[in-house]
Amino acid sequence: MQKKVACSFPDEVLEHVFSFIQSDKDRNAVSMVCKSWYEIERWCRRKIFIGNCYAVSPRMVIRRFPKVRSIELKGKPHFADFNLVPDGWGGYVLPWIAEMAGAYPWLEEIRLKRMVVTDECLELIAKSFKNFKVLVLFSCEGFSTDGLAAIAASCMNLRELDLRDSDVDDLGGHWLSHFPETYTSLVSLNSSCLGSDEVSLSALERLVGRCTNLRTLRLNRAVPLDKIANILGRAPQLVDFGTGTYGADLQSDVFSSLAGAFSSCKELRSLSGFWDVVPAYLPAIYPVCSRLTSLNLSYVTIQSPDLVKLLRHCPSLQRLLVLDYIEDSGLEALSSSCKDLQELRVFPSDPFGEEPNVSLTEQGLVSVCLACPKLQSVLYFCRRMSNVALVTIAQNCPNLTRFRLCIIEPRTADFLTLEPLDVGFGAIVEHCKDLRRLSLSGLLTDRVFEYIGRYAKKLEMLSVAFAGESDLGLHHVLSGCESLRKLEIRDCPFGDKALLANASKLETMRSLWMSSCAVSFGACKLLGQKMPRLNVEVIDESGPPDSRPDSCPVDKLYIYRSVAGPRFDMPPFVWTMDEDSALQVHALHVAEYNRKPDWIGVGTYEESIQGLRAKMPFVLYLAELSNTSQCSSQPLLSGDTTLTPPRPLLRLPIETLESDDKTQRSKEGKYMIKMRYSMNPTICFEIRPISTRSFPGV
Amino acid sequence: MSSENGKRLPETDAAGLNYEATELTLGLPGKSRVTSDGGARVGSKRGFSETVDLSLGEKKDSNKLGQTQTQSQIDAREAAKSPGSKAQVVGWPPVRGYAKRGKKSCKYVKVAVDGAPYLRKVDLDMYNTYQQLLTSLEDMFSCFTIRNFLNEKKMEQVNGIEYVPTYEDKDGDWMLVGDVPWQMFAESCKRIRLMKNTETAELAPRTPPKWSRRS
Repeated sequence: MQKKVACSFPDEVLEHVFSFIQSDKDRNAVSMVCKSWYEIERWCRRKIFIGNCYAVSPRMVIRRFPKVRSIELKGKPHFADFNLVPDGWGGYVLPWIAEMAGAYPWLEEIRLKRMVVTDECLELIAKSFKNFKVLVLFSCEGFSTDGLAAIAASCMNLRELDLRDSDVDDLGGHWLSHFPETYTSLVSLNSSCLGSDEVSLSALERLVGRCTNLRTLRLNRAVPLDKIANILGRAPQLVDFGTGTYGADLQSDVFSSLAGAFSSCKELRSLSGFWDVVPAYLPAIYPVCSRLTSLNLSYVTIQSPDLVKLLRHCPSLQRLLVLDYIEDSGLEALSSSCKDLQELRVFPSDPFGEEPNVSLTEQGLVSVCLACPKLQSVLYFCRRMSNVALVTIAQNCPNLTRFRLCIIEPRTADFLTLEPLDVGFGAIVEHCKDLRRLSLSGLLTDRVFEYIGRYAKKLEMLSVAFAGESDLGLHHVLSGCESLRKLEIRDCPFGDKALLANASKLETMRSLWMSSCAVSFGACKLLGQKMPRLNVEVIDESGPPDSRPDSCPVDKLYIYRSVAGPRFDMPPFVWTMDEDSALQVHALHVAEYNRKPDWIGVGTYEESIQGLRAKMPFVLYLAELSNTSQCSSQPLLSGDTTLTPPRPLLRLPIETLESDDKTQRSKEGKYMIKMRYSMNPTICFEIRPISTRSFPGV
Repeated sequence: MSSENGKRLPETDAAGLNYEATELTLGLPGKSRVTSDGGARVGSKRGFSETVDLSLGEKKDSNKLGQTQTQSQIDAREAAKSPGSKAQVVGWPPVRGYAKRGKKSCKYVKVAVDGAPYLRKVDLDMYNTYQQLLTSLEDMFSCFTIRNFLNEKKMEQVNGIEYVPTYEDKDGDWMLVGDVPWQMFAESCKRIRLMKNTETAELAPRTPPKWSRRS
């Protein structure tokens, strides 16, 4: 009878109930209740979020969740945004798209962050998913507007195309004209990152005109100011608009049509863009300012009085991004005009200048914190700070969830007392009990980490630079911060001890980045050996780390948990510390960049392959020699090492391997097959000719 | 995070002529005329040694590997960065946009040196500061010495002929290199000319450009 109770609902009913449960955490909890719930849940999970694309393999995801409609993947570590991750590091999405093309024909949404996306990927998406609706490429790279043209031409149900902050090879605006004239489903378009001077204005205007559901439109810089009125006129229903260039010689007719166009946009709540602003044109947006909740002025290089004049018209503002031209006086004015402010980001106009070029200090931030009770998220670049200011901020804004402070000069002390800023940041973590994200700067000792470990119980992401004195600092964080998921550290004197002592903590986190610290190569190897569920990757562009003594510190270290084992698409400057560190997995050879890969390769290999070992399923395609742009449809080699013991590779006749530039015969009679893995590296596998003696079953 | 800042001088406000914006000062737009505290000199020039110090030990690329980076070395590196020689650290401050450097669109400009038989080209996207550019130019035209404003102050004579770096901007005017922030310069520079000292003797500025004066 007990059994009956558990199964008293038919599966369909449970599935229906589960469909109301959207959050990943809840879904995961549901799947752990019992085996039958696990089964039901996995068949009806539609949305997957994978915070680190290397934590799991595409095949594993597909095996567990066969009916996914929406996937979100993140690739490179956050510090890639600041040039700390060398090109070619990884984050290729092609293997995912390739696998999903077959497994999820009804996939609707793909959201990627910091991944390498090629035109081939985009073409594959366009071809494979008939009901494709949402493509978000956040800080991605590797593709051009040709790939976008493929998406535009094929995806008749596309709702959202968002390229924010991506590095796109913009070959001109003609991709827009690939949207067929019958296509009308666009809801959101963000092409603001496109850099070319050319844009197809007529195609844009027609597209905007016929897509009556358009809510978000963020244009790129190439769209001139005098075209805005026309575009807005066709889309008065817009909620979120980003201008292109917002500067031109002042002409009253242009101004009045612009103002007229803005005033007819009754739903407009968010504005951005504003490159090359001419202040005289700003009043054209005044008609919408009273309703604006979000304003991105991070390209607006005008002085504080003009900024303040604008902001005084925006009493409903909740989110503001602005340059430090706003100065303390402007922030003071902001704090009196915009009482609903929730998020403030102030960027440096001259980040590399040694002397301040504007009068923006800690006072500006303090005045906002004192007067805006709803403030939750802060990103602030400045040149001086004091403990007393930080304490004031902490006490007046206990609801802060994100606090990122960048004092531009590393190791800058409290300018009033010349002491470290430990106490100030300590107050932040103590008072802001819901703090989820924190970035530190200024002069900091181990003390601040003690505070963080003690108080920051909800902290999920911590960024540290030029701080601390000893391993104790790192130890405080790793042992104290219960919710920590991402930790990124640069230029701090943290070494082996704290890392090794808290090795098990690392399995509870998504990732740890440490660069220019003092972690030795020996410790990395030890960590890799002891922690099989961690991938310990050493990034070192000056040569193999084992050519130096074990006590040498590594330059960059990236550790992340993974159920997929070490990855194998690493460039030659990345080394994985494997369990058996004598067999370090790394690419043997690198060829130059080639946009059109000859093959797609996803794989692992087993012991017959010299010196390489990994644990993921493996498929290797060999292209026909005469036709290098297509893969042969049948895999010539495959191995599935999820079975134990690993199955051997299929036997390949030697003749297949012998071909001039595709393979090289090495002296000992081993063969190399080059695999192009999308954008960058070419991975070579040394494959020994298989003799029937060793593999009787093949 | 912030992306590239297209820094330009604010246009005159047509509604009300903004004299203040066009008032000639030595600072940048947006700089307040009154210093907020007595000590700090807002808008003062960058230290000369930051920009024209050619003996920088630590370059922008902090990937100096093959060496042990113990704390003492990190300290030494940091000490080398304090007042005298400020090297630019990779990825700091953490602003986006500077990360994406000239992958596709390289900004090549011609460099002419008075007296040289041929011109050279440099890619402005390869540099982040004036100091880097001038170092590179000195390497290219190694027989010449680019005018060293520090030495000019001390009335020292540098070996060889001195040249003044000038550039032609988008409006076609010839400008002295160094007055505006680097990014603004890089966007508006069309070509560079190193002028022989004799031509510029009368034009030598009493106030050297922003980047060349000692702080």
